[in-house]
Amino acid sequence: MFARGLKRKCADHEEDMGGALAGFRAVPSYSLQRQSLLDMSLVKLQLCHMLVEPNLCRSVLIANTVRQIQEEMTQDGTWRVAAPQSTGRAPLDRLVSTEILCRSMREQDGVHPAPGMGDDHVLGPGSELSTVTSAQTPRDPQNSVWEMDSPRENRGNFQKSLDQIFETLETRNPSSAEELFSDMDSSYYDLDTVLTGVVSRAEPGPCDGLQGLPPVATPASSSSCKSDLGELDHVMEILVET
Amino acid sequence: QIGSLGGGCMSGGGNDIQWCFSQVKGAVDDDVAEADIISTVEFNHSGELLATGDKGGRVVIFQQEQENKIQSHSRGEYNVYSTFQSHEPEFDYLKSLEIEEKINKIRWLPQKNAAQFLLSTNDKTIKLWKISERDKRPEGYNLKEEDGRYRDPTTVTTLRVPVFRPMDLMVEASPRRIFANAHTYHINSISINSDYETYLSADDLRINLWHLEITDRSFNIVDIKPANMEELTEVITAAEFHPNSCNTFVYSSSKGTIRLCDMRASALCDRHSKLFEEPEDPSNRSFFSEIISSISDVKFSHSGRYMMTRDYLSVKIWDLNMENRPVETYQVHEYLRSKLCSLYENDCIFDKFECCWNGSDSVVMTGSYNNFFRMFDRNTKRDITLEASRENNKPRTVLKPRKVCASGKRKKDEISVDSLDFNKKILHTAWHPKENIIAVATTNNLYIFQDKVN
Repeated sequence: MFARGLKRKCADHEEDMGGALAGFRAVPSYSLQRQSLLDMSLVKLQLCHMLVEPNLCRSVLIANTVRQIQEEMTQDGTWRVAAPQSTGRAPLDRLVSTEILCRSMREQDGVHPAPGMGDDHVLGPGSELSTVTSAQTPRDPQNSVWEMDSPRENRGNFQKSLDQIFETLETRNPSSAEELFSDMDSSYYDLDTVLTGVVSRAEPGPCDGLQGLPPVATPASSSSCKSDLGELDHVMEILVET
Repeated sequence: QIGSLGGGCMSGGGNDIQWCFSQVKGAVDDDVAEADIISTVEFNHSGELLATGDKGGRVVIFQQEQENKIQSHSRGEYNVYSTFQSHEPEFDYLKSLEIEEKINKIRWLPQKNAAQFLLSTNDKTIKLWKISERDKRPEGYNLKEEDGRYRDPTTVTTLRVPVFRPMDLMVEASPRRIFANAHTYHINSISINSDYETYLSADDLRINLWHLEITDRSFNIVDIKPANMEELTEVITAAEFHPNSCNTFVYSSSKGTIRLCDMRASALCDRHSKLFEEPEDPSNRSFFSEIISSISDVKFSHSGRYMMTRDYLSVKIWDLNMENRPVETYQVHEYLRSKLCSLYENDCIFDKFECCWNGSDSVVMTGSYNNFFRMFDRNTKRDITLEASRENNKPRTVLKPRKVCASGKRKKDEISVDSLDFNKKILHTAWHPKENIIAVATTNNLYIFQDKVN
């Protein structure tokens, strides 16, 4: 949904910028590249959110990247002339990833106000989980297609998903139990709930002409992620119905 | 001072070292069993023993053969000395999480008696192992037969004194201490203090101090966990004690800073004595700047005067007396800077490379992709790229230097960036403390190289 807002804004943005951005129109738009990076980062956060024991360093680094992008997007009235060249060229298939996100967001229409550029309502750590859980989150039709993982891992991840939900739903009590469950940053979870129903791997478009680059394949984790998203959906439905 | 990228070659005449293949340990097939993935490599203080840890929780120790005086063209080979299962997978029932048995680090204690001691750690538990030799056994008991059965005392008519008789060498590893339940997060480092009585263990957010004799207590000396986990933006990535000052240690962070702490200042070393940080280069700023600045390893020089840090693209040498910038910077694989987006996508950007010093602190070494590893000579400012590969490697063949072609026309024997295999990464390397012998770990093989001996 923020993706959808951005797409709309993007077209306006480029038209509005006109002269200032004229030099940049030749290069695949910086804001599109940035959006793609944001999408990729959010998917990564989800993936590591669902792993059995997420690597905290990696999660923190990705979350910081998301925050950076977010900060920059909120400040975008003041245009920075130096475009980071490291994001490289962005081929058109990157737009597919945005498209996928947009599609799932539309299924949750009416839940959130569509944010414009710079509205970090959804991404902010202060988002109330209760707002999301009271929403109608339709089961993603792709759930049925996802394979189920080994039962134990499923149970473990399902339990962890439950833990995360309970942690944010309950008022924080200073207790050792909180200590155990507070490992996960609840703001990660907010990003998760927003993106519920998203196919685990957004179509990865190579940022550069690195055709020969073999992706580091982690089929096990992505399939467990898919089934975990299914579990999360299921849990959300239970909570909504009670 | 920036080290040149492959500009000078280290092999060839004079005092330059020529590195030769010596041995390779591990399975030959390309199909890598996950448990065999090497996760740590460490020489002991004399260099006679070389320990590796793997993802399956096993420790394998190699011992250097005594030099053969007749065939003095090479130093002793390393052969398996002891293999044992250090850690087993566990299940944390409270969190419903598996605890991996992968050995994250091994550190040797200096030898005090006939036995050897090492610390090995997985994500949660540190163990002290005693490795001892048995090459004699007692024979001639009065009450026991040779096979262990007890004799009927009434049949004993004479007494004799049992004597030790030689037997085939047996190397036994036994766990002497288990240091558990002190880390909520994943342990990334252990470091033995120069007092040889205490050691530190560091996880993502905390560092604990232990006494080697005491397992039920540890002291928390660094805690960077924020009260509200939502505010977490930085984690501890590595920690090490100073080699000579038993009150000094450093820890590095995911934001590219190193903090030096003095344990005499206060019980909780949350306030650093020194903060080492290089100001960011604004021309290189990108969304990936922070990630590539994250320090994956920190190592003091043997002298204790310098420390080396490894971040994603470079190795930096710091003088402990200068906090605002490193004294030397060496680019490991600068050609990857333009590929950071792809490396972020396939997660390679999060790979944690280690680094090491040679015995005299004159050369530093670190790994890269495509099974390449790099050495930087601090005195000559020359560097070399070598490859750990079974191809064309017979014992005592001199390794051919490798070169990566960053862009433009690729010369013969050069490899283009796009052909690099990013699944073949060398994360762990070790240098013999006294000689020019190095151990380089590919995914599941351990290579040993040594300099050419005439």
